Amino acid sequence: MNLAKQDWAGLALLPALALIALPAMSLPTWIALTVAGAAMGMMLFLMATGLTLIFGLMDVLNFAHGAFISLGAFLAVSVMGALAGWAGAPGWLPGIAALAAAVLASAAICALLGAAFEFVIIRRVYGSHLQQILMTVGGLIVAQQLLVAVWGAQPLPLARPAVLRGSFVLGGAAIETYRMAAVVLGLAVFAGLHLLLNRTRLGLLVRAGVENREMVEALGYRIRRLFVLVFMAGTALAGVGGAMWAGYQEMVTVAIGTDMTILVFIVVIIGGLGSVGGCFTGALLVGLTTNYVGFLAPKLALGSTIALLVVVLLWRPRGLFPVART
Amino acid sequence: MTDLLKLDAVHTHIGHYHILHGVDFVVPEGEVTMLLGRNGAGKTTTLRTIMGLWRASAGRIAFAGQDITALPTPDIARLGIAYVPESMGIFTQLTVRENMLLATGASGFDSARLDRVLAYFPILRQKWNDAAGGLSGGQKQMLAVSRAMVEERRLLIVDEPTKGLAPAVIGHLIEAFQALKEARTTILLVEQNFHMARSLGDGVAVMDDGRIVHAGRMADLAADEELQARLLGLSLAAHQ
Repeated sequence: MNLAKQDWAGLALLPALALIALPAMSLPTWIALTVAGAAMGMMLFLMATGLTLIFGLMDVLNFAHGAFISLGAFLAVSVMGALAGWAGAPGWLPGIAALAAAVLASAAICALLGAAFEFVIIRRVYGSHLQQILMTVGGLIVAQQLLVAVWGAQPLPLARPAVLRGSFVLGGAAIETYRMAAVVLGLAVFAGLHLLLNRTRLGLLVRAGVENREMVEALGYRIRRLFVLVFMAGTALAGVGGAMWAGYQEMVTVAIGTDMTILVFIVVIIGGLGSVGGCFTGALLVGLTTNYVGFLAPKLALGSTIALLVVVLLWRPRGLFPVART
Repeated sequence: MTDLLKLDAVHTHIGHYHILHGVDFVVPEGEVTMLLGRNGAGKTTTLRTIMGLWRASAGRIAFAGQDITALPTPDIARLGIAYVPESMGIFTQLTVRENMLLATGASGFDSARLDRVLAYFPILRQKWNDAAGGLSGGQKQMLAVSRAMVEERRLLIVDEPTKGLAPAVIGHLIEAFQALKEARTTILLVEQNFHMARSLGDGVAVMDDGRIVHAGRMADLAADEELQARLLGLSLAAHQ
């Protein structure tokens, strides 16, 4: 995230939101909700960051993104089921290894299917948003039916690894272990993406391509190859987010991805289309807002994220950290 | 003198509009060729067609004897053609260094060449790690030209580099192009500033209404005021 001076105002929304919520509840409750909000935010970030990169670089509105979130969740169910011995074993290593295997399998298979989806569907609709919406919504419906065909229509339970069940006490608040694991994974992915985008030539090309695809080609780079890589990375991250969200919900339905799609799009729009840093901030804002409002006024929880979106867009119509495009 | 770039009866359509109507001209190796003409004459379309950013609907474009008419833009660039568009094509969210790095090969900067390029525009060294979006218009143009020069290229294509710039900045750019000319770099330069065109150009092609209406030596055009007035008209009067 390359922050100019004025961008600190956008980033300051995070501590401001947390401080505004503090007087309305006890400190332990505030700590528990802040960690829960951060965990939800990290999982939203995992799901949304691929979507924002795909839109930013490829100018593709992928409404089938939710299908890859669902696929990641179902793959996690299958892998965790196959590794039930590890998941249920005491000690850190077997449980973390089982979760890591589920997350990596979800990422790998979603990446491969993402490449196929780009080749079969997306490649035909570059440059036409209307066709993209029609084709990706169609792809979403087909993918959902394929998920039903493979895993069935009934909700499937997903048992978290034994080591990530339960909670620990921090500042008088009970913190779920799994939520902390989600925060750690989300931060690790953000740090990895930050390094990839800012310290490698591939990342440099992605950042340049988000801003001006034509000039990247005029400098001699074949941007279509970059498109495939970014699409694969985006769907892989959706799979990771889906796998983690499945563990968070402990129940997987075929609609788990599409249910998250609205929140994912809100995150992407709040952050500014194409911005990974903006996506990170937007996801945390949505996660914290949902948890604080869900505690203080449960009926307003979903509406609160829409209200957040409206307020941010009134302040910055292109999102918090929009990427300049030419 | 061999022709490095040759356009032969090139037509370009953009949507339903027929923009180029059989453009013919050559860019000899080691020379600076100026492409002149009033606004809307088709100069930018010609450059974009050479780069493959818009496709020629008929005709042939050859670079070093190779037909590049149907090649994808990245493949055209990899033949050794650097392109500076009218919009400059600066990546505003990248630093000056990163903008320049994108124009280098996998091995990164050739430090001796980089020093030579930055010697033309020392301000870029001071702004090396600043976001390019914070540069002034003139500094952005310096960056765009430097980026095109940072690697050895066979042909430099530049679209109106002085447009909207202060006279002092234009002076800097003329000096840089003069140095490139002395190094026998082949350049195709679109320019409305006739003072700059006259001081740099070896050859000249004048466009009007999507066609080449005059091609010859710049010295001949510079010496013939009647020809200048007929070919360039108001454009010349406005920019001289």
